Amino acid sequence: MAFIDYYQTLGIHKTASDKDIKNAYRKLARKYHPDLNPNDTEANKKFQQLNEANEVLSDPEKRKKYDKYGENWERGEEYEKYTQQQQQSRPQGNYGGQQGAGFEGFGGEDFSDFFQSMFGQEGGGQARGRQAKYRGQDYNAELRLSLKESAESHKQTLTVNGKNIRITIPAGVENGQTIKIAGHGGPGVNGGPAGDLYITFIVADDPRFKRNGSDLYAIAKLDLYVAVLGGEVTVDTLTGKVKIKVKPETQNGTKVKLQGKGLPVYKKEGQFGDFYITYDIQVPGNLTEREKKLFEELAKERK
Amino acid sequence: MAQENLIAATEICKYHEVEYTFIHSLEEAGLLQITVVDQAPYITDSDLQKLERMIRMHHELDINIAGIEAISHLLQRVEQMREEIRLLRNRFPV
Repeated sequence: MAFIDYYQTLGIHKTASDKDIKNAYRKLARKYHPDLNPNDTEANKKFQQLNEANEVLSDPEKRKKYDKYGENWERGEEYEKYTQQQQQSRPQGNYGGQQGAGFEGFGGEDFSDFFQSMFGQEGGGQARGRQAKYRGQDYNAELRLSLKESAESHKQTLTVNGKNIRITIPAGVENGQTIKIAGHGGPGVNGGPAGDLYITFIVADDPRFKRNGSDLYAIAKLDLYVAVLGGEVTVDTLTGKVKIKVKPETQNGTKVKLQGKGLPVYKKEGQFGDFYITYDIQVPGNLTEREKKLFEELAKERK
Repeated sequence: MAQENLIAATEICKYHEVEYTFIHSLEEAGLLQITVVDQAPYITDSDLQKLERMIRMHHELDINIAGIEAISHLLQRVEQMREEIRLLRNRFPV
């Protein structure tokens, strides 16, 4: 467990006055506050560190203790245990805010191991009404899907706060898309309404396709002779292989559209995107002597 | 559409230790809506989330109403841009 320099966190000197501390905290909080940096985990982490530093340095007793032991805090802890035994520790309630099971909220109540070993679990309890909410906390969760899975709507059961909730993932969700499940976040305080649950879908890339909204794009390798003379090519789509007729004298880079063979359009039942195939003509290699001759003859035909 | 819950403004004021004038000023700035039922002011569930964010800005960061107004507009634009970036990223590269 590492020592944390709270003065450095706030960018102040050890001799800083209460006012200096408050100002430094406010200044940095304006930069990293979660409300001003939504969905930014880095800023969130920074803000928690700020809170912790402020929690210690703005409290005269905590600051005194911190200054006294500083980097030798481990010995200080032993000292604390000793004095606590002497004073008969009184029972203490747990003021800590609720955390969603497995869901990441915007709480500032997660203090470092260093903090907890120095000041105990309760030390970071009520940070003067900070984080206090009437409405419950919002929870954020991620759900991973393959591209194929995202093409069908399906039901899934999630466990939030020990309660099972069944959700339907609509077909056609896109990577990074977030849906809100109202009222399934943290419970409200003093009769306040519950927060919401936000689920962000992470749709994995399929190496065979590129996606644009509900349209899918694929590259199909096309044999030179099929391109020149016409024929058939087999192409992978999301729902399986399809055979496509190739016109004679098909140029490299030609695009073919398979209407309605793309992904379902989000929340529009029965509507589908298209599937676009771009031909990539393969020039044969390792030509035999005979093949080479024949090509030379063909070349002469065009002169 | 499910009916939205209404929360009494007085409850919120009591809980968050804010003056009602603060909420009223936010309404005047167009940042939330107050619904009056039986002459008592209420706000909706979804506005409560916004309101609590604005109360935090005010209490924790010392930002006044004008500042909150400006920040709210900027945050809205950030949100739009984020959505645009998401769509652009998902689009296949040229």
